[in-house]
Amino acid sequence: MTIRFDKLGVVIAAIAAYAALVAPFATFRANRIVPGEARSVLEALPTAVGPLLLAIVIVGALIALLKTPLVLRLAASVVALIALAILIGIAGSFLTPAGNTFARISPASGFWLLIFAFTLLLADVLTRLNLSPWARVGVLVVAALAIGLLLISGQWNSLSILKEYANRADSFWAEGSKHVTLALGSLAAAVIVGLPLGILCHRVEKLRAGVLNVLNIIQTIPSIALFGLLIAPLGWVAAHVPGAAALGIRGIGTAPAFVALFLYSLLPVVANTVVGLAGVPRAANDAARGMGMTDRQRLFGVEFPLAFPVILTGIRIVLVQNIGLATIAALIGGGGFGVFVFQGVGQTAMDLVLLGAVPTVALAFAAAIILDAVIEMTATKRRVETA
Amino acid sequence: MKAWLPSLLRLLLVVLLVAFVTNPGWFQPLLKPLTENGAPAIYNQGSLLTLTFLHLRTVLIATVAATIVAVALAILVTRPAGAEFLPLSRSLVNIGQTFPPVAVLALAVPAVGFGEKPTLIALFLYGLLPIFENALTGLTTLPANVMEAARGAGMTGWQRLTKVELPLSAPIILGGIRLSVVISLATATIGSTVAAKTLGEVIIAGLLSNNLAFVLQGGLIVAALAVLIYDGLSAIERYTARRMGQETA
Repeated sequence: MTIRFDKLGVVIAAIAAYAALVAPFATFRANRIVPGEARSVLEALPTAVGPLLLAIVIVGALIALLKTPLVLRLAASVVALIALAILIGIAGSFLTPAGNTFARISPASGFWLLIFAFTLLLADVLTRLNLSPWARVGVLVVAALAIGLLLISGQWNSLSILKEYANRADSFWAEGSKHVTLALGSLAAAVIVGLPLGILCHRVEKLRAGVLNVLNIIQTIPSIALFGLLIAPLGWVAAHVPGAAALGIRGIGTAPAFVALFLYSLLPVVANTVVGLAGVPRAANDAARGMGMTDRQRLFGVEFPLAFPVILTGIRIVLVQNIGLATIAALIGGGGFGVFVFQGVGQTAMDLVLLGAVPTVALAFAAAIILDAVIEMTATKRRVETA
Repeated sequence: MKAWLPSLLRLLLVVLLVAFVTNPGWFQPLLKPLTENGAPAIYNQGSLLTLTFLHLRTVLIATVAATIVAVALAILVTRPAGAEFLPLSRSLVNIGQTFPPVAVLALAVPAVGFGEKPTLIALFLYGLLPIFENALTGLTTLPANVMEAARGAGMTGWQRLTKVELPLSAPIILGGIRLSVVISLATATIGSTVAAKTLGEVIIAGLLSNNLAFVLQGGLIVAALAVLIYDGLSAIERYTARRMGQETA
């Protein structure tokens, strides 16, 4: 029997070997801001558990390295990821000296590389399985539930990032809801304004180039400058328009952040609406006209449903981009997870940075997967209907 | 619109931009009304010209590195030997786009320290995605008859790559580079939150001292640079497309 290697498996096994044997698994710090000391897998885990993790990693890497059935590869990646998630918590409580509340334990490069290697394996299996949109959302929900369970069980409470969370539990959820409100609210506003604007640009050719050029130029203004530039006009509105201040419109804070995100969101929505409507087959339009449909009936009955997947793609771009950009709102007092990122940079406390960055990445990632699934569902539905 | 009007506007923008970064004092009366309590109207903690130069240098280094890596990767996954990586590389690119720039920047700091390096890393990672995506599109959508002809003419794999595939996909790859440069120009300003010397310094100084004139001049210089570079690269793109005998959009 000849042994055949999987090419991606060679990469995964190399990363895993380096991460498990050479790179540090966890970092120990006497308090939250001093430089850390590295701890290897065997040093960071109790006597019996360290070799167990090494064994799981080696078996997992071997399964990745050789040409093995997809089910086996799926099982290997899931088992390795679960083991890593549970054991980093055990490393946290094992390394913390009894009764010491200042010491901080955080995952180190070896842990992150192992996570990366096995996520790569998992991503490869999931890509090759060619899952249906519903199944992909299902995988996302299961992963979210698993992480939620680990968080609730307190398994990770000895890790530094959760100690940062424990100190700020209230403000974490307040900033989180501000972050989501900013990202979703500005998206909703951009859709309400952008769709009619896109339809108008599609119908009136003279407007199209002008509107799209203006929106393109807005995109080139750096986000921190646009946030800053809106402070003055909104401050003026708050001071001079009766009732504006009562609505929460102020020079600094959420209002300029909201308006800036709204302006950035307009281009993808308008441009994709125009592209989507332009892509409607002439035959469909002619048939609709021949049936005696009015312009309005044609728009809602024919053009709009056919252009919908393209418009949704624009909305996906906007949502992922807004979730990322909302972190910058913190610079002008707009709140959001960026608050923790910038506080962390200021205090050189990297776990605080992670407390802001990890939820942001998770939100953007979940939004991308869900919207991709929705886009695929609407696109295939259309194909089935037209076939 | 007359055909010469855009060119005239562009020329005007170049003149304004050069005048502003070399002699910002001339524009003081325009910006003065935006300041309060006699604050300076023109950035006074460094030369705008130097910052513009450093800003462009940071973007250039990151874009060159990103182009080399992204095109090499795209070539690798479109060869028979690397075909196994193609679906995965697509999903990785998708996942990579969900990381916010601020997070990448902040997380790079412990590894490489404050200053220009974390900015270069963030710009490099962001620059990779559009270039890789476009290079992949370019290399996978080549006309089948052209590839067949190249093979029939007895060209080796390497000859096909350098003489047929890369030249034909050059316009699309350039489109990716253009997108990536415009994103990088704006993202580089965020680098100043971790002490990189870019035009973001001017904007942040304005935000901290509540000086709108600073925010405006920093933002406008970056926007003008982005518009001009976007236009310039579009022109190069159209030129290469025409040389390749492709239709221009």
